[in-house]
Amino acid sequence: MTSTTAGAIGTVAPGQRTGLLQAARDSWVVARRNVRRMTRIPEVLVFGLIQPVMFVLLFTYVMGGAITVPGATADPHAYRQYLIPGIFAQTVTFAVAGASAGIAEDMTKGLVDRFRSLPMARGAVLTGRTLADLVQTTLIIVVLAVVAVLIGWRTHTAFWEVICGFLLLLLLGYAFSWIGALIGLSVRSPEAATSAGLVWLFPLTFISNAFVPVSTMPGWLQPVAYWNPFSATVQAVRHLFGNVPAGMVQTAWPMQHAVWVSAGWSILIIALFRTLSVRKYRRANG
Amino acid sequence: MAPAITAEGLVKTFGDVRALDGVDLEVPEGTVLGLLGPNGAGKTTTVRVLTTLLRPDAGRAVVAGVDVLKEPNKVRSLIGLSGQYAAVDEYLTGRENLQMVGELYQMRSRDAKARALELLEWFNLSEAADRPAKTYSGGMRRRLDLAAALVVRPPVMFLDEPTTGLDPRNRMALWEVIETLVEQGTTLLLTTQYLEEADRLAHDIAVVDHGRVIARGSADELKAQIGGERVEIVVHDRDLIGTAVEALTPYAKGEPTIEKHTRRITVPVSGGARVLADVIRELDGRDILIDDIGLRRPTLDDVFLSLTGHAAEQGTETAEDAEAAEDRTVTTGKDA
Ligand SMILES: Nc1ncnc2c1ncn2[C@@H]1O[C@H](COP(=O)(O)OP(=O)(O)OP(=O)(O)O)[C@@H](O)[C@H]1O
Ligand SMILES: [Mg+2]
Repeated sequence: MTSTTAGAIGTVAPGQRTGLLQAARDSWVVARRNVRRMTRIPEVLVFGLIQPVMFVLLFTYVMGGAITVPGATADPHAYRQYLIPGIFAQTVTFAVAGASAGIAEDMTKGLVDRFRSLPMARGAVLTGRTLADLVQTTLIIVVLAVVAVLIGWRTHTAFWEVICGFLLLLLLGYAFSWIGALIGLSVRSPEAATSAGLVWLFPLTFISNAFVPVSTMPGWLQPVAYWNPFSATVQAVRHLFGNVPAGMVQTAWPMQHAVWVSAGWSILIIALFRTLSVRKYRRANG
Repeated sequence: MAPAITAEGLVKTFGDVRALDGVDLEVPEGTVLGLLGPNGAGKTTTVRVLTTLLRPDAGRAVVAGVDVLKEPNKVRSLIGLSGQYAAVDEYLTGRENLQMVGELYQMRSRDAKARALELLEWFNLSEAADRPAKTYSGGMRRRLDLAAALVVRPPVMFLDEPTTGLDPRNRMALWEVIETLVEQGTTLLLTTQYLEEADRLAHDIAVVDHGRVIARGSADELKAQIGGERVEIVVHDRDLIGTAVEALTPYAKGEPTIEKHTRRITVPVSGGARVLADVIRELDGRDILIDDIGLRRPTLDDVFLSLTGHAAEQGTETAEDAEAAEDRTVTTGKDA
């Protein structure tokens, strides 16, 4: 910082990019920043991995023996086949916590002032965050799939159906990270954001078909579980992976059209929560 | 010269707090405006409104010819900001931070990368360029944040207490950087607690208190406004401060300022060296031992004290009561 080098400062005019192209590039720049942060704080990813793997092992070896799936054979592997898609779906929903804590941190640490003073696209800070979460979710799902295969989980469908199953999972995860974005913007303290991101996930994922068949629940709870957006994805993925027990009959409408219901819910959540989040972000601080 | 920054009647309230109560500012192109004021006066709030971070409840602002409320994004591409608290990503390296800012200013990646290196060198951060900002010292973070404000070499810059936390060498170096930028035509709005800094850098000074501009002018004009020289004495015995003030009263042309812990008393006087001799005789007559005595021209500190009734730095007490100061400041504000 000396006056001799001060003269070397060149005129750098900001480029003129507008519209969608700018939004895409700004989101990409912010996403890259968040992925870089991920590599510098690997603990987050590690704990993100441990949790679902632990769930798989607990449900398979501790509780699996006590749960019987109607329509399945007495095969000890049957519950595993049924369970794994549920764990996949539950895992992707944890993107909520990452997004809510990350955005709350950005909002409180003053970095948001830097972003808001730059001529960048309006939603890019949030879109960049959710895209980085999608990268993280993908990594976790890959590792989880390997663990699942090791303990005996198999798919029984065409390759493209399996791919579609994973895409539906990632779409759900992406939708949930937008819910997380709104929570992070509303809570504004990273600690509160983590708990606020997680508390409602447990009822949501447990009052569903993810871990036990809905038909075993009390009658009044069954419609809730069937119409739970989360159940649709679980059912859709089981269907696409060929993990629906052969003898299990599904009569509820959302279960019969699970793939479309799942995609529809996810897209609806993205549209709604993205709009709300971007609006809230622009109004934050004044 | 056309004004590069204009603010008219800015009002902003936070609950019961009226942070801005009708701020008017005008900064001609290519000049530096120093915004002075005690803690909580509304300096940062003013900067945040002008840099599009905060919407005012009332008022109008134009920066670089663009209306801040109507076209905020256009304003953002024309300004550089370094806020009161460094806004850097702790987990990114210095280089990555600056490159990201460049890219978000819509620079091409290659240009942003080159610019980041140039700025790191310029701000003495080359050696730390590839370390996460988390490992930076406070002053290094501050410099990284300042570098971020210069990425596109914007025509209008806002620096909120830029040298707070910098060591004397880096502070002086930053002053040189600022002087160079201004020579090249940059318009700058600067807030500071260091009156020496305002004295050196600012063409114009606006003193803010309770969300209003209470005085405006060049440093010399402001000094002239509060009158002539000061006699400054350091009493040897703390217990005699009261007696010494009494002894000085007949010569005082205004309220004395007392710093108890340094035993320093300052009174505005007129009459120059003759008064100094009288004061020495008076103190001697009362057997008040003094460690130091001198006659000096008013500094911006004096301006600050007399206008706001608060000290610029902590630990200074003034004998004025705040209300009297406020009465006076209102009239000064109108004259300015
Ligand atoms: N987000 C906010 N919410 C509530 N009050 C606020 C907020 N921002 C500022 N204020 C209040 O507005 C007033 C002006 O604050 P501001 O930060 O502008 O002062 P300042 O002149 O920059 O002070 P300092 O020298 O301490 O930096 C203060 O009373 C402060 O408490
Ligand atoms: Mg401030």
